[in-house]
Amino acid sequence: MLITINIPPITYFLGISALMFLVGFIGVTLRKNTIVIFMSIELMFNAANLVFVTFASYYNQVNGQLFVLFVMAVAAADAAVGLALVVSIYRSRKSIDIDHVSEMKG
Amino acid sequence: MVLTWIIFGAIAILAVTSAVAMILVRSALYAVLALVGNFIAVAMLYLLLGAPFISLAQITVYAGAIMILFLFVVMMLGTQKMEFDEPLLGQRIVGGVLILAFLVGIIYFIVTQFGGQPYLPLRSQSLGGPVEVGTVLINQYYLPIFILGFLLLVATIGAVVLTRYKSPKAGLTHGQYDILTEPMEKREEE
Repeated sequence: MLITINIPPITYFLGISALMFLVGFIGVTLRKNTIVIFMSIELMFNAANLVFVTFASYYNQVNGQLFVLFVMAVAAADAAVGLALVVSIYRSRKSIDIDHVSEMKG
Repeated sequence: MVLTWIIFGAIAILAVTSAVAMILVRSALYAVLALVGNFIAVAMLYLLLGAPFISLAQITVYAGAIMILFLFVVMMLGTQKMEFDEPLLGQRIVGGVLILAFLVGIIYFIVTQFGGQPYLPLRSQSLGGPVEVGTVLINQYYLPIFILGFLLLVATIGAVVLTRYKSPKAGLTHGQYDILTEPMEKREEE
């Protein structure tokens, strides 16, 4: 038995996803706090996941939802290693400002 | 139908405003809380799209586990105020140009791709329950699951190695650890 309800068309979900991705991009480029930059990356992951689920629902396929599971696991690994790097950087120079880590700029 | 639109509008406004609040707020702690709100709003969107398993996994994994990790780091490092000196001033200009280019790209894509047919209808059928997702996961994607487990193991080991303070008695040599964990001033004194 399938329960079908009418929900807003696909374009609105994609619009929300595009807005969230844009906000995450702005956060990555303009903020200086390393933790906030990491959270903006998570936000961009989330926007991509929303597109996956939207098209999975549009084409009636489960595969897109499985890719969301994989992205979640990769994001968890990414957050663990990234936050360990942030802690390590903070220990060595007592600051989490991303501008202070500029020795490799050439 | 009208009720669905009202629910959708409320969730959409919650998602976008919490995302904007996340990058506008000064304190990192409030940014974490705003991001949790955004994750919960996106989980409700998944529920609306007929993916209940992914929705609950989103709440437990993202809003539960990953955000707790972020909260721990914010707690450890303190909600320190960022000072206003900017050694790399040109980066903001480059960032603004990049954001503008990205915005133009998104608008161009939306106009060209969806300009002709703005309403692709969508019908929620609840196809993403645990039974369906688990069946496809075990039948088609067992190798990626193994690789993913190995990736998580490597990430855990990497996080432990990166955040360990003292070098062990035996094992890795001294120089490898000094670069990562020893404070900057001590290195400059030597």
